[in-house]
Amino acid sequence: MLLELRDVQARYGPIRALHGVTLAVEEGEIVALLGANGAGKTTTLRAVSGTVRRSGEVLFQGKPIVRRSPEAIVRGGIAHVPEGRGLFSELSVWENLRMGAYVRGERRTLKAEGSRIFGYFPWLERRRNQQAGTLSGGEQQMLALARALVGRPRLLMLDEPSLGLAPTIVRELFQIVKELNEKDGLTVLVVEQNANIALQAASRAYVLEVGKVAISGQSDELRRHEGIRKSYLGY
Amino acid sequence: MTAAVKGVLLAAAVALIILIPQRAGEFRLSQFTYVAIYFIALLGLNILVGYNGQISLGHGAFMGIGAYAAMIFILGREGLTATGANPPGWLLEHGMRPIFAIPLAGLVTGVIGYLFGLPALRLAGVSLALATFAVAVSLPLIAKHYDSVTGGGGGVSLPLPTTPFGWDISTPHWLYYEAWATAGILFLVAWLLVRGRVGRAWRSIRDGEVAAVSSGVSSAAYKTLAFGVSSAFAGVAGALFVIQVSYINPDTFPLTLSILLLVSAVLGGLGSLLGGIFGALLLVFLPIYSQDPPVLHFSFSKQAPSVVFGVFLILMVLVAPGGVAGLLRQVVQPIKIGLARRGSRPSRLAKEE
Amino acid sequence: MTAFLWSEFFQQITSGLAIGSIFASLALALVLIYRTTDVINFAQGEMATFTTYIAWSLMNHGLSYWPAFVLTLLIAFGGGVGIERVLIRPVEHRPEIVMIIMTIGLFIVINGLTGWLWGADPKAVDSPFPNKTIDVAGVAISTQDIGTFCVCIASVIVLWAFFRFTSLGLAMRSVAVNSAASRLMGVRVGWMLALGWGLAAVLGAIAGLMAAPTAFLDPNMMLVIIVYAFAAAVLGGIDSPIGAVVGGLTLGVTVNLLGRYVDLVGEELKLPTALAVLLLVLVIRPQGLFGRVIVRRV
Repeated sequence: MLLELRDVQARYGPIRALHGVTLAVEEGEIVALLGANGAGKTTTLRAVSGTVRRSGEVLFQGKPIVRRSPEAIVRGGIAHVPEGRGLFSELSVWENLRMGAYVRGERRTLKAEGSRIFGYFPWLERRRNQQAGTLSGGEQQMLALARALVGRPRLLMLDEPSLGLAPTIVRELFQIVKELNEKDGLTVLVVEQNANIALQAASRAYVLEVGKVAISGQSDELRRHEGIRKSYLGY
Repeated sequence: MTAAVKGVLLAAAVALIILIPQRAGEFRLSQFTYVAIYFIALLGLNILVGYNGQISLGHGAFMGIGAYAAMIFILGREGLTATGANPPGWLLEHGMRPIFAIPLAGLVTGVIGYLFGLPALRLAGVSLALATFAVAVSLPLIAKHYDSVTGGGGGVSLPLPTTPFGWDISTPHWLYYEAWATAGILFLVAWLLVRGRVGRAWRSIRDGEVAAVSSGVSSAAYKTLAFGVSSAFAGVAGALFVIQVSYINPDTFPLTLSILLLVSAVLGGLGSLLGGIFGALLLVFLPIYSQDPPVLHFSFSKQAPSVVFGVFLILMVLVAPGGVAGLLRQVVQPIKIGLARRGSRPSRLAKEE
Repeated sequence: MTAFLWSEFFQQITSGLAIGSIFASLALALVLIYRTTDVINFAQGEMATFTTYIAWSLMNHGLSYWPAFVLTLLIAFGGGVGIERVLIRPVEHRPEIVMIIMTIGLFIVINGLTGWLWGADPKAVDSPFPNKTIDVAGVAISTQDIGTFCVCIASVIVLWAFFRFTSLGLAMRSVAVNSAASRLMGVRVGWMLALGWGLAAVLGAIAGLMAAPTAFLDPNMMLVIIVYAFAAAVLGGIDSPIGAVVGGLTLGVTVNLLGRYVDLVGEELKLPTALAVLLLVLVIRPQGLFGRVIVRRV
């Protein structure tokens, strides 16, 4: 098991956001984390990357990481693309990619990974000197993804990648994610409000409600589940 | 704090203020007079910084403006010429009584502060800090330059103050009571302003200007008002100061003073008017600024105590961000809770600290 | 107004550029700290004075100029890092005014310490540059001015190169732009902030060492200079490094020219006039010449 959460609690100051989340992600899977606004999806990702106060057990590659700093966790091979992408908007496309390589020694890594990344995102090379903040929403999301991939993470966590994007772009994005998963064996944990697209890409999913896992299962099962259909799939 | 606790403290304070002159020697008495003067200045600064959320590193300069204004009003053309200055013709021939000069100086300073507040609307945070810092740095230099009115570097002496109406108390006593009476009146004014609609508007601007504006608060009007009011307070303090010392020169109100005023306001506790008393006590009784303020010029370095003061400051920031008033609140809170539990009235306690 | 001589005009400009480069170094230090840690370091000038005294002590004990210079820079770096870790770190998330008080406290402590350790009488600091003037097309330029300008601008350029080309520099820039995101890139944000303070202290030390030969080393040497540096930083835009440099040079030249050619200003009112001009610029353009406009989000 690549990632395991056992009874993880998290809070923002006095407000408890996670009330005991238990889930697991196997190597090579794409797992989706679904739920309504405020259910705790983003907080769960934060609990893994260490950017929120958390307690409970978080195991990555069998080792506990719940006491580690975010910087150490990232170095350990977890890439977290946060909500809103977290780009360095005043820096250029190229500089953002350089930062993606920072975690493993920027110069060396970028040289090695550069062509691979540009293979998936050819247009990035043409726009290397453009300021990241001037890219369109879809392009920014692609850049954020590319940046996360530069460091060759073991686990990629995506927070609401479809937010604010047109359906064609979203499809393209998930296409790339699936390709990365199939060809390079990248493990992905994706948080989504768009349950439709998430369940198409992921093999398994967890549904969070009020800070706990309410339902989990294979994507096909969940798609047929009546409660899920009504609440999250809209039919 | 509950009204009862506040009332008791207030009564105690008033009693102290009345009693001190009976026991204190002349020097001590003058020190407490300075406490009153700085208290007035700090009330003004607290309004601007604590309640309205702006910043001023130039409050001392506004004290200086009030002081010079008072000096000019008191001496009049006649008096200024006598000291060697070369006053312009439009000045009054004879001076006016200090008791009239003080509020007038406050008014003049308030207007100037209000006018300063207008362009200051465009500035905030760093820029505003710099603008007020610039005022503080410039005032002594400008005062030195325009020596026809201000008497230049040599300074101007005022006639020693005399007790009015031939009352039978010594001058230091009179000055003491005058300062504290003024402080009391201005405290009341500040208190009324702060708890009324004006104060609410100020606080709403401090806590979130955009939200305040969306609620219909005219941020420009209230922000400039805050500058005007705080400068007026500083002006009165400056006027009282110059009367107390009977002397003024361009270095009487240096940058140092402005900085120390801000520091004292924070240490005393922003957002609490009474915090000004602690700040004033600090200013007077901490060695760096206690004796003969006019003698102190631009350099701190003459006193090793300044290192102690600075360390103290840093420790306060690290340990007690609410200032002395905040510390007191933390002490009083458990008492308040205890009292409330005793009675069965539900009390609106803060949820979590 | 005395007769206008081109040669004198250019002299004023060159000496203005020299003093302006000192303002620029210090202003850049202020901007550096502001961009990385969001703090206005009121104590920057005093830190510079303190390090200049250290250099003086080193030279007094027999070290020759340039070795003392380098050693001082290293000590300054360490001092800056230390101050950030010990004093600024714990109060990082406090409101602006509390941070201002903290650096004011630092100002007071360092200023007092300087006077305490070395006394108030001015010390003479040697200049590494020969005391000559050279003649360029009829304009007399002092080598001291040239040297000062070159050293300060060189340090600015070195810093620029550091930020532009090195990984560490890029990491620091990323922290300034979006510290939460940079944490997710594996950047040790805390150490980046400390690094910022260290570099700023080095810039300050250079400024102090360049100022000392003409300004005379006493505990208050930097008091007036830091005011100009502040003005330069705000003029350029408090979050713009380019602005700091341009602002510093502009201010140096402007103040010199105003002082020489505008009678009203003279020598005494140089500083207030510079500040008045600055404030005028700010009222028209609050974000400074190169600063970003802060859009107020509702």
